[in-house]
Amino acid sequence: MNAARLARGLLRPGTPVAAGLAAFRHGLALASTLPGCPIVQPLRPHMIEPMRMTSTFDEMWGRGMGQAQSSDCEDAAPGLQVQAARPGRLTQAQTMYEGLRPPYRAFDDWLRAENPARLLKKQREAEEVFRLTGITFNVYGRAEAAERLIPFDIIPRIISGREWARLSRGIEQRVRAINAFLHDIYHRQEIVRAGRIPVEMIARNAAFLPQMIGIEPPGGVYTHIVGIDLVRTGEDEFFVLEDNARTPSGVSYMLENRETMFQMFPELFSRNRVRPVSNYPRNLRRSLAACAPAATAGDPVVAVLTPGLYNSAYYEHSFLADKMGVELVEGHDLRVMDGRVAMRTTTGYKPIDVLYRRVDDDYLDPLNFNPDSGLGVPGIFDIYRAGGITIANAPGTGIADDKAIYSYMPDIVRFYTGEAPILQNVPTWRCNEPAALAYVLDHLPELVVKEVHGSGGYGMLVGPTSSRKEIAAFRDKLLARPGNYIAQPTLALSTVPIFTRAGLAPRHVDLRPYVLVSPEGVTITPGGLTRVALRKGSLVVNSSQGGGTKDTWVLEE
Amino acid sequence: MPDPLRLTVRHVTAYDYDAPVPWGLQQVRLTPKPHKWQRVHRWSLEVEGGRKEAHFEDQHRNAVDLVSLEPGATALRLICEGEVEVTDTAGIVGPHGGFCPLWLFEKPTARTEAGPACLRLAEAVQAEPRPLFRLHDLSAAVSDAVRYETGVSHVGWTAEDAVTAGHGVCQDQAHAFIACARALGIPARYVSGYLLMEREEQDASHAWAEAWLPDLGWVGFDPANRISPDSRYVRIATGLDYAEAAPVSGARTGTGGERLTVAVEVRAQ
Amino acid sequence: MLGKTAGGLYWMFRYLERSENTARFVAAGQRIALTRSHADDEWTGVLQTTATWDAYRAKHGEVTQDEAVHWMLCDRDNSSSVLRVVEAARNNARLVRTALTREVWESVNESWMILKEALSQRVSERDLPQVLTLVRQRSAHVRGAFAGTMLRNDIYNFARLGTFIERADNTARLVDVKSYVLLPSSQAVGSSLDNVQWETLLRSVSAEGAYRMTYGQDVRARNIAQFLLLDRRMPRSLAFSVGKLVDNFHFLSDSYGTRPPSAAQAQALHDDLLSSGIDEILDRGLHDYIQDVLRGVAAVGSQTEVDYRFYA
Repeated sequence: MNAARLARGLLRPGTPVAAGLAAFRHGLALASTLPGCPIVQPLRPHMIEPMRMTSTFDEMWGRGMGQAQSSDCEDAAPGLQVQAARPGRLTQAQTMYEGLRPPYRAFDDWLRAENPARLLKKQREAEEVFRLTGITFNVYGRAEAAERLIPFDIIPRIISGREWARLSRGIEQRVRAINAFLHDIYHRQEIVRAGRIPVEMIARNAAFLPQMIGIEPPGGVYTHIVGIDLVRTGEDEFFVLEDNARTPSGVSYMLENRETMFQMFPELFSRNRVRPVSNYPRNLRRSLAACAPAATAGDPVVAVLTPGLYNSAYYEHSFLADKMGVELVEGHDLRVMDGRVAMRTTTGYKPIDVLYRRVDDDYLDPLNFNPDSGLGVPGIFDIYRAGGITIANAPGTGIADDKAIYSYMPDIVRFYTGEAPILQNVPTWRCNEPAALAYVLDHLPELVVKEVHGSGGYGMLVGPTSSRKEIAAFRDKLLARPGNYIAQPTLALSTVPIFTRAGLAPRHVDLRPYVLVSPEGVTITPGGLTRVALRKGSLVVNSSQGGGTKDTWVLEE
Repeated sequence: MPDPLRLTVRHVTAYDYDAPVPWGLQQVRLTPKPHKWQRVHRWSLEVEGGRKEAHFEDQHRNAVDLVSLEPGATALRLICEGEVEVTDTAGIVGPHGGFCPLWLFEKPTARTEAGPACLRLAEAVQAEPRPLFRLHDLSAAVSDAVRYETGVSHVGWTAEDAVTAGHGVCQDQAHAFIACARALGIPARYVSGYLLMEREEQDASHAWAEAWLPDLGWVGFDPANRISPDSRYVRIATGLDYAEAAPVSGARTGTGGERLTVAVEVRAQ
Repeated sequence: MLGKTAGGLYWMFRYLERSENTARFVAAGQRIALTRSHADDEWTGVLQTTATWDAYRAKHGEVTQDEAVHWMLCDRDNSSSVLRVVEAARNNARLVRTALTREVWESVNESWMILKEALSQRVSERDLPQVLTLVRQRSAHVRGAFAGTMLRNDIYNFARLGTFIERADNTARLVDVKSYVLLPSSQAVGSSLDNVQWETLLRSVSAEGAYRMTYGQDVRARNIAQFLLLDRRMPRSLAFSVGKLVDNFHFLSDSYGTRPPSAAQAQALHDDLLSSGIDEILDRGLHDYIQDVLRGVAAVGSQTEVDYRFYA
């Protein structure tokens, strides 16, 4: 690295990651598919095919004959409509799809026998349940800190046992590689020495936390909880869109969505053998307790650290503490005492062994990180370094889910596991590489360009749906700080039907399964959070941008 | 190689508070690093008005004690006493150890960001082709540009502040050296420690800098005394700048003011 | 339990109690105003009861029924308006969500949603009775969920402490203010007075029927004072509230194995203030007595916050 240039401010490290308090961290985008998407490293532009208009894969009805969003009818699906001849029944107009996919057979039988009016009523009931339960998230950037509901759709997303088995293997492989990568990056950095990742990717990365160097986290675990964001483009085509190795959120929706489906359609669960997700809180607690530090005396005391009532994910924090049967604490409930971090109870201070923190690194400890943070606990990082507490996830894990590091993930998997990656990466152009930047600038209208440290679907360009003016404005931003951006081709994200007044209508989805890591092993909950873009044709599934959620079923094999 | 020098050190850091302090925490880096050329025969750190909460090694392998104030304390005393045997190696500390990658020492920190004044200093010594000599030139240039003068600089000053002002203490000179070395592409770090002087009783501990060269490893430079450290120097802690190697840093509640008194005695046996 | 959680429960139930009492005071005020020529004077007394008189005066020049009702129910500038208090109760419930049953949480959350809607704009005189009924019904709903589903442990005890500190305070204030309004001179105490006024006072704590059951048709200031202050059977009386405080401190002391200063203070308040007879109190001066009560209750409240580490 050229330190002289650095000193003159030409190659500044990236801006620090803002408080990642938004419920979800990224945006999605769509449109064409790239068969067998090669990993672009180094850049091989000839391998990137120009965008082709191809059909969208619907997970219920298979490959469509045309673009799902080409329908003229605003809400009705091209393949499904309410037939006038038989009012009150949902039937398939056998026109545009190859046919019902096997995981949906039992569900389809049930759906055909259902009265749409009853379903509409159930849909409203579901919303009412969520409203009363207070399952809300706060939206930032509004005058009043409005609490909003994330819309829930009653049509489940169904994944076969066989599909899930393959996904699980890929997820486990990836998560193990992420943990090995983190240990290496904070120790000998063999992967850098081996030349597999350029040193600048670490050296100039704001997510790299030097204070973590040399620390051995209890149990050897860095990422106790991981969320892997997946998208699907075809029968056997899954891509990892993003790894969430800091504090992945949304798991409460996975649990509440299932609970709501149980209450509303109990009969569905006797017809379908759906694998349960309700073990998650118990597994989470066990997994956290298994990483207790050496200082633990007796049963490990676990607590959840929240930034507080006004955080967008507060509901989830209190939900998880409640379901695990542990205390929900804020920074001002805690202090360093007798070499431990202790919580203030009605009868005095009581030490905590494992802290599941939902507060960002920078805000965790004003003594060691951002001195202005009122959310953290002064000295907690020192107690961590002295082996007095486990912090989950470990500080500094952001280096593994950074969007620039993402593009190296296939190499990371190969380097640490010695195996070929089971899950594919979306090909990614790193705009700090001149050749990549040139390509991206030439193809802006067909690419998705994201900020390396961006989240929540903000600050990104979705080429195919942007106006010329928007693209021109974005080009200037990109040219000003190319290192701040990566670009990806727009993918033809799969669709799953949603329930609308006019019948079923296809909408784009992604999937975030939740993974727990402990010395006892990797546990993947069969299911996850399916986010759905509720607007017709939209590829942005973020809750902050009008996305909704669905229950996600994994069937027994 | 000359005979090692056996030094005894007594260092008292005293905080006196105007009003009782409800809560406070201090990170204390006051335990010397044992090293091939620096043998620690005995060392103790005692705390009055507070207690040791935890002990750990930071990323630079400094020994750190986390000390909490007794609730309602009106004074905190940190008393170090020990005996260290130092070998004169003409400032050469040797190969880089630990997991901190060397590139970390090439990155400017907020305190060591080279502005126009530092860059002029760095450019002035660039003509010297031999890296070690260039660094000695730099040490002398820093010593000329930042005149040693107590009571004029502020603990929060950056390297650029000091070079622009033209005076400062050893901390400022070390920062200026580090900022310029990094601007020249040379890894550099801050060292806090003690120095045996003619005057045995001192009112502050000392600070200097180290730079890394491919052949020699880390080499020390003390712009304040225009030499490389010898057997009169005891290394306590290292870091990217003062913030990471400071003997005491922390936070407390309470609105009253405080007075800091430091008494250092270094004697040769 | 976290100290913060204990504090959250305590305040959640103080605020819930306050919302209900405020609604009752508005109902009583409106009723009295309907029967008097100088209706607006009556509202001054009501505003004093809710301890928001100074804040009201700082915002409004004069007292009108319209403004007073709006102030007490919907005004965001009034930190004790029903709207603000229900919001504060709900925020505290969110804070202590893990200590509450789903039923209690949903009941509070639903109350907040319903009342926020009902109090989003000025309530017309015509709609006032329904809105006030709604406030009381929502409070009863939460109380029912709480009584029916919560474990009787320290969580329950802190909630009860909040309820009864607030109720003791509110009832004492009510008697204090009304005694001024309704007793022009000390000789009048004990004489048979304007029945409508006194009945309204009883009504504002929903106790006309209970009073009649106890004293028949003989409506006297002495009896009413006796009933509201010292009758242990009457659930909104001072004696009942302080008795419950003492009980809940006992439960807490038993389960924690230590008896903190606040428990002793509550016991002392109970022994000092509630052992005198009503005639003794009236001789000594009702207002002075009430001031002692208010100070004592407030002291127990602040000592509780310290003893159980509500705040850092």
